[in-house]
Amino acid sequence: MPFIPHTDNDIREMLAAIGAPSIDALFDEIPAALRIKSLAGIPESLTEMEVGRLMEARAQRDGRPRNFIGAGAYEHHIPAAVWAIVSRGEFYSAYTPYQAEASQGTLQLLYEYQTMMTALTGMQVSNASLYDGASALAEACLMAVRGHRKSKSLRVLVPAAVNPTYRDVAVAITEGQNLRFDVVPYDPAAGTLNLAALDAHKGQDITAVVIQQPNFFGLLEDVDAITDWAHANGALVIAVVNPLSLAIFKPPGEWGAKGADIVVGDGQPLGVPLSSGGPYFGFMTTRMELVRQMPGRIIGRTVDLDGKPGYTLTLQAREQHIRRSKATSNICTNQGLLVTAATIHMSLLGSAGLERVAAASQKQTRKLVDALVKTKGVKLAFAGPRFHEAVLTLDRGVGEVIDRLAQRGVVGGYDLSRRYPDLGNALLICATETKTDDDIAAYATAMAEVMR
Amino acid sequence: MSEPLIFEHSRSGRSAAGQYPHEGDADVPQNLRRKTRARLPEVSELQAVRHFTRLSQLNFSIDTHFYPLGSCTMKYNPRACNQFAMLPEFLSRHPLAPDGVSQGFLECLYELQEMLKEVTGMKGVSLTPMAGAQGEFAGVAMIRAYHKARGDLVRNEIIVPEAAHGTNPATATMCGCTVVEIPSLPDGDIDLEALKGAVGPKTAGIMLTNPSTLGVFERRIQEVAKVVHDAGGLLYYDGANLNAILGKVRPGDMGFDVIHMNLHKTFSTPHGGGGPGSGAVGVGQRLLPFLPIPIVGRAGERFRWLDERDLPQSIGRLSAFMGNAGVLLRAYVYMRMLGRAGMQRVAEFSTLNANYLLARLQQAGFDAAYPDRRASHEFIVTLKRQAKELGVNAMDFAKRLLDHGFHAPTTYFPLLVPECLLVEPTETEAKEDLDAFAAALIAIQREAEQDPGKVKGAPYTLPVRRLDDVRAAKQLDLSYNG
Repeated sequence: MPFIPHTDNDIREMLAAIGAPSIDALFDEIPAALRIKSLAGIPESLTEMEVGRLMEARAQRDGRPRNFIGAGAYEHHIPAAVWAIVSRGEFYSAYTPYQAEASQGTLQLLYEYQTMMTALTGMQVSNASLYDGASALAEACLMAVRGHRKSKSLRVLVPAAVNPTYRDVAVAITEGQNLRFDVVPYDPAAGTLNLAALDAHKGQDITAVVIQQPNFFGLLEDVDAITDWAHANGALVIAVVNPLSLAIFKPPGEWGAKGADIVVGDGQPLGVPLSSGGPYFGFMTTRMELVRQMPGRIIGRTVDLDGKPGYTLTLQAREQHIRRSKATSNICTNQGLLVTAATIHMSLLGSAGLERVAAASQKQTRKLVDALVKTKGVKLAFAGPRFHEAVLTLDRGVGEVIDRLAQRGVVGGYDLSRRYPDLGNALLICATETKTDDDIAAYATAMAEVMR
Repeated sequence: MSEPLIFEHSRSGRSAAGQYPHEGDADVPQNLRRKTRARLPEVSELQAVRHFTRLSQLNFSIDTHFYPLGSCTMKYNPRACNQFAMLPEFLSRHPLAPDGVSQGFLECLYELQEMLKEVTGMKGVSLTPMAGAQGEFAGVAMIRAYHKARGDLVRNEIIVPEAAHGTNPATATMCGCTVVEIPSLPDGDIDLEALKGAVGPKTAGIMLTNPSTLGVFERRIQEVAKVVHDAGGLLYYDGANLNAILGKVRPGDMGFDVIHMNLHKTFSTPHGGGGPGSGAVGVGQRLLPFLPIPIVGRAGERFRWLDERDLPQSIGRLSAFMGNAGVLLRAYVYMRMLGRAGMQRVAEFSTLNANYLLARLQQAGFDAAYPDRRASHEFIVTLKRQAKELGVNAMDFAKRLLDHGFHAPTTYFPLLVPECLLVEPTETEAKEDLDAFAAALIAIQREAEQDPGKVKGAPYTLPVRRLDDVRAAKQLDLSYNG
């Protein structure tokens, strides 16, 4: 029997100890009318070899096309050592460190992770992770409501160039708590936010302003000016950032005169494969004054009975298992294993390595844009400084171009036309350091064929 | 046994430079540029590998220790699930890749949806919630959306048994509902009279798990369902405890309208030191339009994502893409390996192990919280007597178990049983491991009678002794500044 160790003799002895005539008798408290005989719709079991064959066939059906989509998930090289260690059973098959003495490995690693994330974002405290970047933004909005003592409006300003799915998720998760999200348009010529658009909200009670850097179009926002505007207008600043980009960009803790108040994002670029959509992890850092409003697990260093340093879950009075209906969030499990990957990844690359990856990604994207705009009917939408994504406009429908590129082994980008109809036939493209000059040339060739 | 922080291994100028490209400087406008490098470690590859390997060795885990943490289902995580979910094509697939190059992946998820419908008796499934708590959120949000869509705007009360997991009331609050707690009877079943008094025109629904967190099957579940439904409310099933009922009884048949399933428990995906989880949700007919998106749909032999255009009444999106895909693939592989008969065996042998271990402990003089009841896949021992007579409490027993090489059961949950240990052995443990665990508890009992101070000082053999939690919360040290 797969994964079940019992011998016939074991079963006999165990039933005798219980005093039950059969295993079936152990279910005798379930009303007979509810009992089922079998799960007719479930197929018969497969051996490990058979299921391996099935999965390999399914995987090969999808193949490995060259990927040029970013839009919130980014393909980077991950050192071999990262997942070799993450896959160790001691990390892989442990649980939430409720018994701290038996979980010092996970706890110390999380403390190291918290230290790295505060350094990268320029903030004072980090939690031990949330589910993903989008749900982290939702939690940040709820946290801003709790943390902003004077604001009563529950109004959050979200620039239109913030990842639109993040906004969808924030709306869905905060729906029961009456938050209000006002979308602030971007400058149609620049693709970034200008202060004039924010000034339409001057004088209102604003709980928080969300700033994404780089924004969803890959463009760099004037984060200092927006941060100062938000603070001057009594709002907290929620930064949404790509953690890799912080190797080269000013950290949110240094934005404007006072810095951002809450920083969130998706940690996926730090050692987590694209893996078809997850699991990734969300990160959150903040100022010390707001730590008691922060959701999720937090690890603290303390000492044991003998005065020896050790690590433990702390500030648990914020959490659902203690506070129940008055908790800061319902979050329980987080994304521990992905944080393990990110901590090892950051240790192997260091700041110098992350800088190089960021620089290489930016450079390859520049080459990609240069190569693609040579095709007739393809134009660059916004010229301003950017990180590793760019918006192209095409002279025909984007969906069809994407499908035809895919037939040529190129996953060509994200179709912006549904979420941003004002941009026309717009395609969001991305290259990282994993895309070679040959990959870029192959995309350009495919694009030229498709646009013929 | 201890390991310095990775930062203490760091030396300026050291690197694992083979890991990154040789490209030069980034092109960033002066005002947006980072001025000083973030203080990340500077270590060699070997130093990093050795450090994190050593850290791993400070952990208890399923692979190294019996881990009977109640309500967490710490069963063996088959290696095949990991290997086949991490095939290079799945790993390198972008979540927004066109459906045309995603058919293999989508077929796996579609079949997973179908299998989950079958085991729960539900009509529709969405895989997108990223953990149990998010699945709960989706469930209550759907209940809210259902009432709202019918123009019934006053139903904002969620009934929760006092034994419920803390996420239940926290979720209800997060969804903008008020929590109404109802008591349990001394035999562990819900107080039906109290329930009848609690329901009314403001009842949105009830959150239950069955078997309950008390480790017993709610025998009058059909009456509970009738009371709640007659009052206009819906029934939410917290599927944290599906392990005990696989192929034996289905939440849909019990009368539940919505369920979340912790795939990281019942379907054996790894717990990862606290995640990732996966909290897929299943619904009955009434809640189908409200399922969170995206969902995999099928047209003939083609699979595609259904989104807001297909389900305009959906409660929306809960993650940036489609949930924890890699976890879903692991659960899919596990379910295919178990097959129809294997799933029933999960329920049978997890229940056999729990009842056997309970019998062993009762024979040795330990007190079951519900001695007249069958255990489900887990059971509660109360150490109230030991705490009173010997001054040795549940936490002391738990810590001393660590010295014996066993992870402790869940302690002090559920809150309504004093000095409790919630023990869940799972079906993958052999009889001799259960016997050894029972022997350890018996030895600790004897020690507590002879030398209680010794038990109260435990653990002695782990990387650290008991930690000062008060100091951790008062003198906050949340990152290294050395």
